[in-house]
Amino acid sequence: MQFMLLFSRQGKLRLQKWYVPLSDKEKKKITRELVQTVLARKPKMCSFLEWRDLKIVYKRYASLYFCCAIEDQDNELITLEIIHRYVELLDKYFGSVCELDIIFNFEKAYFILDEFLLGGEAQETSKKNVLKAIEQADLLSPEIQVKLIKGKHDDICPLNVNFVA
Amino acid sequence: MKELMVRAIYCEMLGYGVSFSYIHAIKLAQQGNVLEKRVGYLAVSLFLNEGHELLLLLVNTVLKDLQSTNLIEVCMALTVVSQMFPKDMIPAILPLVEEKLNHPKEIIRRKAVLALYKFYLIAPNQVQHIHNKFRKALCDKDPGVMSASLHIYLQLIQENPEGYKDLAPSFVTILKQVVGGKLPMDFNYHSVPAPWLQIHLLRILSLLGKNDQSTSEIMYEILDESLRRAEMNHNITYAILYECVKCIYTIHPKSDLLEKAAKCMGNFVLSPKINLKYLGLKALTYVVQQDPKLALQHQMTIIECLDHPDLIIKRETLELLFRITNDQNVTVIVEKMLDFLRISEDDHTTIDLVGKVAELAEKYAPDNEWFIDTMNTVFSLGGDLLQPDIPNSFLKLLSEGFDSVEEDKKLRLFAVNSYISLLQGDSSKLPQRFLQVICWVLGEYSHLREDLEPGVVVRLLAKLLDMKSSSSETKCWVLMAMTKLCPGGAALALVHDVSETYSSSLDTMLRQRAQELQILSQDSELQAKVLPRSASMEPVEVDSSLSFLDGFVSEALAAGAAPYKPPHQRQEELSRSKALNLEPYGLSLPISISSCSITDRQSPTLLSISSGLSGDSTDFSHKGSSTALKLDGVKRLWGRDGYLAQKEQTEEAPRIEAASPVRSADQLGDNNASNSQTPNPTPSPECDQEKQQLASSLFVGLASQSSVCLMGKSDPTSQRFRRKTKASGSAEQITDPLVSPSDGSDNLLYKSLLDSPDLDVSPPEQTAGLVAPNGSCDAEEEPADADVKEIETPPVRDERVTAEASPHDDPDGSKDPSLASHLPAELSALSHSKVTLLFSKQNLDVSACHVQKEDSVVLVVFISNCSDSFLQQIRLQVDSEELEVSCVSDCPSEELKSHSVAVCQYFLTVKRPSVHFDLSATVSWQPPAGLPLTTQFSYRLPLATFVRALKLSTEEYGAMWLAFSHDTKQNLTLIHDGWDPLAATLDVLKRKLQLHVVEIIGVEAIVACCLQQDQPCLMHCRMHAGMLAVWLRSPVPDLPDCLLYCCQRALQEL
Repeated sequence: MQFMLLFSRQGKLRLQKWYVPLSDKEKKKITRELVQTVLARKPKMCSFLEWRDLKIVYKRYASLYFCCAIEDQDNELITLEIIHRYVELLDKYFGSVCELDIIFNFEKAYFILDEFLLGGEAQETSKKNVLKAIEQADLLSPEIQVKLIKGKHDDICPLNVNFVA
Repeated sequence: MKELMVRAIYCEMLGYGVSFSYIHAIKLAQQGNVLEKRVGYLAVSLFLNEGHELLLLLVNTVLKDLQSTNLIEVCMALTVVSQMFPKDMIPAILPLVEEKLNHPKEIIRRKAVLALYKFYLIAPNQVQHIHNKFRKALCDKDPGVMSASLHIYLQLIQENPEGYKDLAPSFVTILKQVVGGKLPMDFNYHSVPAPWLQIHLLRILSLLGKNDQSTSEIMYEILDESLRRAEMNHNITYAILYECVKCIYTIHPKSDLLEKAAKCMGNFVLSPKINLKYLGLKALTYVVQQDPKLALQHQMTIIECLDHPDLIIKRETLELLFRITNDQNVTVIVEKMLDFLRISEDDHTTIDLVGKVAELAEKYAPDNEWFIDTMNTVFSLGGDLLQPDIPNSFLKLLSEGFDSVEEDKKLRLFAVNSYISLLQGDSSKLPQRFLQVICWVLGEYSHLREDLEPGVVVRLLAKLLDMKSSSSETKCWVLMAMTKLCPGGAALALVHDVSETYSSSLDTMLRQRAQELQILSQDSELQAKVLPRSASMEPVEVDSSLSFLDGFVSEALAAGAAPYKPPHQRQEELSRSKALNLEPYGLSLPISISSCSITDRQSPTLLSISSGLSGDSTDFSHKGSSTALKLDGVKRLWGRDGYLAQKEQTEEAPRIEAASPVRSADQLGDNNASNSQTPNPTPSPECDQEKQQLASSLFVGLASQSSVCLMGKSDPTSQRFRRKTKASGSAEQITDPLVSPSDGSDNLLYKSLLDSPDLDVSPPEQTAGLVAPNGSCDAEEEPADADVKEIETPPVRDERVTAEASPHDDPDGSKDPSLASHLPAELSALSHSKVTLLFSKQNLDVSACHVQKEDSVVLVVFISNCSDSFLQQIRLQVDSEELEVSCVSDCPSEELKSHSVAVCQYFLTVKRPSVHFDLSATVSWQPPAGLPLTTQFSYRLPLATFVRALKLSTEEYGAMWLAFSHDTKQNLTLIHDGWDPLAATLDVLKRKLQLHVVEIIGVEAIVACCLQQDQPCLMHCRMHAGMLAVWLRSPVPDLPDCLLYCCQRALQEL
């Protein structure tokens, strides 16, 4: 995998993870182009895109788009499932995750991503193991578990994990 | 701090520059507590790139954390390492990471494996020694570690499938266990056991089983089982199925598996889910390369997909169609592709697709009109995004033509007609590239249309010049075309106007073209010479070394101009002059040993300066000719008759195999059976007819191909526009020695031609050319002694031998015959120099001569006892600064009987070139009565003794010339006695110095020789203003100077 982007329906970037070294300028350009292209697509359209010489695999969960770039020979469907598994992990960790969770605790989302994907490859596919690793690290923290800000905003609906394409 | 860092990350994501906080991220990772460290590491991994310089500051922190006892810290360190790490710092932490492979915690082992995977990707040679540890990781009891190790294996096997065949059974076993549900439940994903693992394994297996029947056979069973098990209707099972199908079609085929895979693919393609449909098409695209008939089964689906609203699906379908194109369905498919191009907005897709259309058109075009029309559409749609090789190869095709002249003419005529009508319409919308093509074609071929006045064409072209949108490059093309057209005398006034306007243009290129046009349009005689109509196909000779400028250059040099220095040398000198000069009052010009060593002789200052410079540039081994412009590597685009690049292009468009005939027979039977009863789902009745028609036109060639396959003939579809092997023809002409410029630096051209696969001439190996001195001397056909006799002739050498060392010259003549008879048998056959008496003292005479063998020089010393008594303890020691002296046979005995002669032989090899080689020798002996005596003497050999002819071809000469870095230039006097001064002079040099004259071209000649086989020296001579301008080059620093001196002497002594 080359990179992963999370952005909202308004085109705001929520999370970015680059597995290939690129300059900041390049990153911004790619992000801008991709957000535009993906947002322009209709819901019933194919989740895969050819973009430059890469394949883009994207999926929408509630108001968030998850978008991965893979090489041509990679399996698109399994990438789609990687996205899904990541959402499952977030869901399990935050308990019915929504966009605000990711906005306010985005470093946690990064930690989970790092446990799940390492250097662009799926590292640990067992849900239990990933969460165990995260919890262990969290336990060392002197702070009490992060308070989730969910519920304060009614307009934010949880990402529907059980939604299957 | 931690909070601040989190905010900095957020700001960075929003697109603000937070580079000031990078250093704090590193500090946080270094100093904070565990939680702060975690954020610090995260920030570092998000902020910094692999190559960022601040990353070096992290190395120490990582080292410390890897050694920590806290698991979390180790985990964090490993995580950051496997995301980014400076390449050159890998050795520092490699042992620590390696150690972690044996860690009791599986999470550490897993991360360590992934870190090593990362290291392998960025620096494969640094982890070579731990390959067996990867095997251990593969057998790890934790599935997580094992699956992590598969990343490495996938990479390794991709690079070298042969090396890991032995692992195939293990991979099969693992896959069996996974499929059989032997893994812990939490690896399941939607009740499919470890799908990521499965997909990885399938990919590895397909790599291993490719073109390997025995390995493939191990896999059949498990592949079958995977296909069977994956029946649940979920994305993840489709992902596995897709990988299975790909694997089955990659490995050695097995009929029933193929059948199942084909059925499975059918499910994909027919699926209402768009993602699956896409994947099905992708799989089909992959598969039809091996079995085009499979597309037949799904023809109706494919046609539906062609009209799919989602462009991605359409695009993929076109990709599929591209693979099954043949000469019967090409028109339909190309039309579909062009339709798509018209609506596509993505540049990347456009470029890709335009290339494909051009390829298909060139390969399968049914007739001229279609071909030209299609290419016109390609040019106008592709616009200026188009890869430049498309117009190039199109023009090449037009200019070189095909097998029949009549056809060529028709094609060109059609092109001209269509372009005329295009230009008569609105030409302002046409892309620049297209206009350039049009200009070229009209310039070259508009005369083919007899009813067309050149004036009309010129007027049309002039219209292009006035257009605002035309780029100056296009204008150049227009002017070129006009230049070609004006001999008809048409529209002279217009032409005049145009050239007037543009000859004052600011664009130099444009100005030059305008000047050309102006001059050529006024002088029809010159025009006919420069642009001969009939000879437009002749390749143009290119004198890339600009040797015609040599005269100018030497004149300028003689007038005191500074010699040309290549930019890099100038740069270096500049940087050197900026450095502190520690030598007080030193010469500002760097003077090397070479010029110092030759200061004893009279040489014009110019020479020593230039040699000093050349000596300076020893490290630039490829230093180009110092006076000529460097044209190496510059592609020549323009020639006398237009655009040239296409003639040098030897690249053939890759041909796509439309059909692969290798299929087992029963498989073919199956497919044929299914062909005849292809289930065509026929839904809507009204558009059905149309679709059927389309289907029959799209898939027309495939069925017939299969029948051909059955008969066992694999007849590749005939290519209409098969290129003649014109490229090789012109290549030969270019390499013709007559054409090649005298100093032979045309080898670059030659090198580029070497790439051409169908070159008829067997190219002399480049490498051989460079080391030729060794080989070519051995291969000389002349017998060796014949050579040496020739050396005998110059009288110079004998005179010079030990001028000062021999006190009495006269008597040695008498001794000569007697001593010569003492020459060893193996040397006596060879010619030797005159035996010279070196000294005579107390009844001991020492004489010496040298023998020139084919590959070496042997010094023979005769020690003769003229007394009546014994001489004892005779020792002889020979030394030289410039020569390496190795003893072949020493004095046979320590004592010498009365009136006997002892013979010693020494092999001489040149350590460093010099004008003369002085040998100093010491001989000691003890007369019967008295004290031991010691005497020193010296012996001198000229350089010419060591010089041998170097037989080269002109091409080899050219290759070597460019490779040599040391050079020197000088004017020599010519010998004016004969009718041909050049030949006479060269003849003298050849006789006296054994130079080999490679070739004489007009007033120039190239000459080669070598010093002792492995030290070549090349000479380029040119008659100029009553002098012979010579230019010597060699890889050996002082050789050119020394040899030049020898030449000077040889010519003066006449």
